[in-house]
Amino acid sequence: MNRLEIENLGISFGGIKAVDSVSFSAAAGEVTSIIGPNGAGKTTLFNLISGVYAADTGHVRIEGADVTGEPPHRLARRGMARTFQNLQIFPQMTALDNVMTGCHLRETSNLLADLLGLPSSLRETAKSRGLALSALERVGLANLAARPASELSYGQLKRLEIARALVTGCSILLLDEPAAGCNAVETREVDDLIHAIADEGVCVVLIEHDMRMVMRISSHIVVLDQGSKIAEGKPEEIRDNERVIAAYLGAHGAAEARAAHA
Amino acid sequence: MSELLQFVLSGVTVGAIYAAVALGFTLIYNASGVVNFAQGEFVVIGGMTAAALIALGVPVIIAAPLAVIAGTLVGIALYRLAIKPAGKAPLVSLVIITIGASIFLRGVMQVVFDKQIHRYEGFSGDDALRFLGATLLPQSLWIIGGSFVVFAALAWFIGHTHAGRGIRATASNRFAAVLVGINTGRAMNLSFALSAGIGALAGVLATPVTFTSYDAGVLMALKGFSATMLGGVGSPAGALVGGFAIGLIEAMTAGYISSDYKDAAAFIVILLVLFVMPQGLFGRRTTERV
Amino acid sequence: MNPTLKALLITLALVVAGALIFPSSYYFRVGSLIWINTISVTGIVVLLGYVGLVSLGHAGFFAIGAYAVAVLPGYGVPSGAALFVGAAAAGLLAMVIGRPILRLSGYYLAIATLGLGMLIWMVLTKESWLTGGPDGMVVAGFNPRHWFALVGIKMKSTEAWYWLTGLVATIGVVLAVNLGNSPWGRALRAVHDSDVAASSLGVDVARAKVVAFAISAVYAAVAGSLLALANGYITPDTAGFMHSVEMVTMAVLGGATTVYGAIVGSLILTALPQVLTFVAEYEHIVLGGVMVATMVAMRRGLVPALGDLAHRLAMRGRSK
Repeated sequence: MNRLEIENLGISFGGIKAVDSVSFSAAAGEVTSIIGPNGAGKTTLFNLISGVYAADTGHVRIEGADVTGEPPHRLARRGMARTFQNLQIFPQMTALDNVMTGCHLRETSNLLADLLGLPSSLRETAKSRGLALSALERVGLANLAARPASELSYGQLKRLEIARALVTGCSILLLDEPAAGCNAVETREVDDLIHAIADEGVCVVLIEHDMRMVMRISSHIVVLDQGSKIAEGKPEEIRDNERVIAAYLGAHGAAEARAAHA
Repeated sequence: MSELLQFVLSGVTVGAIYAAVALGFTLIYNASGVVNFAQGEFVVIGGMTAAALIALGVPVIIAAPLAVIAGTLVGIALYRLAIKPAGKAPLVSLVIITIGASIFLRGVMQVVFDKQIHRYEGFSGDDALRFLGATLLPQSLWIIGGSFVVFAALAWFIGHTHAGRGIRATASNRFAAVLVGINTGRAMNLSFALSAGIGALAGVLATPVTFTSYDAGVLMALKGFSATMLGGVGSPAGALVGGFAIGLIEAMTAGYISSDYKDAAAFIVILLVLFVMPQGLFGRRTTERV
Repeated sequence: MNPTLKALLITLALVVAGALIFPSSYYFRVGSLIWINTISVTGIVVLLGYVGLVSLGHAGFFAIGAYAVAVLPGYGVPSGAALFVGAAAAGLLAMVIGRPILRLSGYYLAIATLGLGMLIWMVLTKESWLTGGPDGMVVAGFNPRHWFALVGIKMKSTEAWYWLTGLVATIGVVLAVNLGNSPWGRALRAVHDSDVAASSLGVDVARAKVVAFAISAVYAAVAGSLLALANGYITPDTAGFMHSVEMVTMAVLGGATTVYGAIVGSLILTALPQVLTFVAEYEHIVLGGVMVATMVAMRRGLVPALGDLAHRLAMRGRSK
């Protein structure tokens, strides 16, 4: 049994099938990448998996349990966390508070304790602060903890979202273009980070445009085009798949693929 | 039987007014995503201006269009001075701005006009028509006819003119509309102008029947909202149907339950719609993009 | 400094400062009004500033508190207990009404509360057998000076009311600050900034909104009870639409994201009509104008704007 199983998942917007009956599964401790040209439906697929959109067809299973149609906060309880392609940070909070919010499900103090500032509430906050600081450390943002999130750069915010998702203690992590806006060095760091997360047994599902990165860290790749799955397999299989090269890579991408080969 | 007919007639009359208010909401909401809490004030501006001009001896045929123009100008001013400068403010800020504008307009009317309740003679006199044992003011026919004319004219304008298509394109996808070269600022400006004009016209037509005063706008807005939500937010046809439905529900409440609580009917409808069918009768499901 | 301690010291210092400089009973009475408004506006801060929702019917909750202490003593409930009954009733009503509405997007709450406020006003006006109708009703005597006398402090009633309302406001402010820095507070502020991200982290967005709405309703009800007891008289106008608008304007002007905004907003808009009579006369124009102008020119309100200014000046000073 795979940790995350997607079966015939689909949704239409105004008659257009944005995601059309896509199935795949992702295992714990591995990186499963979803690739495809712009508009292939990758982010929509993420929104379906994470419960932001309600699917028209299909099922999502976590550890064999059918979770189709559950709202995002329930899925979070089941161990799913995600980042967002076009950033969903909390701009009015500091970087640290952003990450501390990720500890929501760990925090057990009740509303009354929070209002009265009882020791139980303060303890929870202290615990969350510790977790958040080490997560910030891990993504290389510890020195920016006290800064308002609105002052961080795009690449830093991408990593802030990863830290925020990590502190939830997730067992399934959906990353939507985590390396966007990062320079070569930072991309490498994100790369290592994802590796390390997967090695801890987390089931990582990744959307990424940087093909070199995808080929390097994925155990399994799913290729989407116009909402449908057109190929699936190990990186080397995908690299050599004619249909993928034709439909997805195109003239410009073919050169990229050769570069990745080299 | 004649009692029921009487309630239906008065329900349809006020329903036509609520439909016009709801139509104004829908127009602005579709073009800008703003829920305009000042919509009721447009109605009052129309009624109060007409009442003041008529009191000064200006004939109705001149006073009425002037009042509609006054309302339209206020609508444009609202967009130019308050909505547009706020730029890409979050929704909650825009809501607060329109609430502020509505209170501000109330204050201005209190100063420019007064705190009295106003009415003037119906366009075709105040002699009630007899109809199957029920009575009907000729002004009611003006109101009902007016709301249908407005609805038809608006449908034609949106469907068949260049400016109207701009509004429609802006409503369906503002970003795409910018890409294909539609001046969305102009479309929004026009939406506010049209919406205010429709509101003011409703006020001009309604005042002989419903009376008006500087603070009548909130209740008007609340009933317009109820109509909008019952019909389905964003749907012009829904606005029309919702308006008449609220008018009828209110008239029946006043007739058969308690006239003290006729204004509560609108609120009960809002709650029921929210509890039972948040999309309303003609609403569409929307999906937020993240 | 610990934010709770900071809030406690600042608010208490303001209460004491007022008591020291006020020359007459009239000032103490206005001071009590400022603190009563601070309480209800702090509730608005929790709702609007923390979680990002507008209510146009909070005067309804305020009136529930006010009429609880006016009506219940007639049925043998002591005033103090009536205050708690009113607060609980307001909180429960907010939860019941809020649950279906708050699953939907934000402006639905503004519309629904607009209706709710009017409904409460209507009931208070029409059910004269219970509420005295439009003329209002007398609130049974309750005088906090006896409490102060118990601990050996003698003062006039107006002064006693000033101290009582000031202390309750201080408690209200401190609780709101505690909340803001707690697990629940972070969840609320997360919903404010991005409900999609908040729910992806496990925050039940609808529940968080209901909780904030109920808390703010309780604040309003407590303020209402205090006003009714302090005035000894209450009318349905406390439930009026303009009163709801006034609360929101105070929060917006002072800065809805911080409790200090609630204090500053209440201070300015309560004191101004006393100082400048035209403000009272043109209440609508002033309140509406302040709302629009603040939102267009200084969206975060006075306190955050001044904070930014001080920050920038400090930075400039340091770079010199």
